[in-house]
This record gives sequence, C-alpha cells and structure tokens, in this order.
Amino acid sequence: MSAELKASQVEIIDEHRLKAEEEHLAHEEHSVGYGTYVMVWLGLVGLTAITVTLSGISLGSLAIIAALLIAVIKTVMVMNYFMHVKFDTVIFKVFIAVCIIIFLTMIILTFFDLTFRNPLI
Amino acid sequence: MSHNSETLAHEVHEGGHAHRDDVGSKMGIWLFLFTELLLFGGMFILYASYRYIYPNDFKAAALELDPILGAVNTVILLTSSLTVVLGIVALTKNNAKLCMTYLWITQVCGLAFLVNKYFEWTHKIHLGIYPNGPALDDMAQGERVFFGLYYTMTGLHGLHVIVGMAFIGFVMWFIHKKYITSTNLQKLENSGLYWHLVDIIWIFLFPLFYLIH
Repeated sequence: MSAELKASQVEIIDEHRLKAEEEHLAHEEHSVGYGTYVMVWLGLVGLTAITVTLSGISLGSLAIIAALLIAVIKTVMVMNYFMHVKFDTVIFKVFIAVCIIIFLTMIILTFFDLTFRNPLI
Repeated sequence: MSHNSETLAHEVHEGGHAHRDDVGSKMGIWLFLFTELLLFGGMFILYASYRYIYPNDFKAAALELDPILGAVNTVILLTSSLTVVLGIVALTKNNAKLCMTYLWITQVCGLAFLVNKYFEWTHKIHLGIYPNGPALDDMAQGERVFFGLYYTMTGLHGLHVIVGMAFIGFVMWFIHKKYITSTNLQKLENSGLYWHLVDIIWIFLFPLFYLIH
C-alpha cells in the first residue's frame, strides 16, 4: 500500500519536473532567438517611419492621439521583448503595472486640475 | 533541509561563492527605473500642461525642429537597444567576443546620438535660440516655454545616454575581465534595462517635440 503510494508520488514529482523542464525550454526558446529581436527592431523602425509620415499629413487634433498611440505601442514592444517583461514572473508584471498606474494617476489628476482651474494661469 | 542551509552557509563562509540574488537585483533596477519615470514624468506633465495652455505657440515652435534629424536619432537609439539585447543572447550562448562586438556597436550608436544632438543644439544656438538669445526673446511666451522644455528634457535625456554608455562601458570591462560570464550576467541585463528605459523616454520625446505640429 505504502509502496504504491510512494510510486504514485514519484510519478507526480516526475511529471512536475518534466513540466518545469518544458517551461524552461520554452523560456529559452523565447529568450535565445536573435531572429525575434531583429523582427521587433524592424517593427519599431517601421512604426517610426509611420509616425513621421503621419506628422506630414494634417490630422488636426487626431495628430497628438495618433503619435502617442504609436509611441505607446513601441514602448510595449520594447518592454515586452527587449526588457523581457513578457517572459518575466508575475511579480515583475504586477510591480510594473502598479508603477504605470501610479504614473497615469498623476497625469489624470493634473488634467483635472488644469481643466477645472479658472483662470488658467 | 537544515543540512542544505548549513552547506550553503558553509560555502558562503568559505568565500567560494558569494550569495547572489538575481531576482532581487533585477527588482532593484526596476525600482530605480520607476524613480526615473517619476523624474521624466514630472517634465512630461509640465509639457502636457503648457501645451494645453499654449496650443498654438507649441505648434509654431515645433516647426523649428527637424523631424528627419529626430527620426535618425530614433533609429540610432532603437538599433543600440537591439544590439544590447543581441549582446545578452551572445553571452548566454557563451560567445563573449560576439557580445563585446554588439556592445561596441551600442557604444558607437550612443556616441552617434550625442554627436547628432550636439549639431542640433549648436545650430539652434547659432540661430539665437537660447536663454536671453535674440531669437528666443522675440518669440511668444508659449514658444519660449517650449524651447525651455526642449533644452531641459533633451539635455537630461542626453545626460542619461552618457550615463548609460558609462554603465555599459563598465560592464564591457567586466566581461573582458571575465567577472561577467554566461552564468553570471545580471549586471549586463541590468545595464541593458537602463539603456532600454533611455530608449523608451526618447520614443516619447521624439513625437512630442518634433512631430506634433
């Protein structure tokens, strides 16, 4: 009985180990690709070209939104791939998310002040 | 369990292996990057607020800057970020020589960025756009604020490029001395994270100053 139990425990442990190894391999595959990084770089250069081209067209008030949107997309690409956040553990993702939320709160509160302050200066 | 910790303590005591905490080290550099975000973030808020107050002056002043020069600098910085990452990959594959080559390219890109910036600034100063300069004094209030922010923010960013180059320079020395190897490259990764943050800040500076007319 106890021998059987032990055998099944060993099996479970082995399974865990296999899974961990697989995850490790998957991680390696992500982090070791020269190709992936070059593709990301091409994407970033392409987005830069797009944002420069867009600035030549008069988009009115949309211009600032378009430019910032492209900047945000580029930042997400740099953070996820170059800074490796995509493959980091949850603790890093939560930590970075909290930092960004604090920063956005600062910006939003400033704009509440600006919008409702009268006169402006 | 207790046996394990005893062995570990023994090893540390012997001085064979200093205790390493790569996760803690990485968390430390991320915390530092957050303080950098707050530093630049304050200036971005200033920029946004003044842009809200002087929308037309900001548009007029932005026309003075050369978007092509800014775009070239963006591509230079993006390339330098790529080579840092490729250097890390090379070192994990135990190819220290290739890693050094990539890091040298990063340094050259950093220098090229600064040289570009130098020519851009000196051209502006030549035109009389500097504190109490003849051209700046003739401008509207909002345009003067724009150029104040331009010099302060790109200047602070340039300082960060210099610091990042020094950071990477130390790391290159450590790689040369084999203090940093394929199994111990957190210092390289940390300086890479710093360099990428400098890149990200430029990703926002570029459209805000050069592109939005």
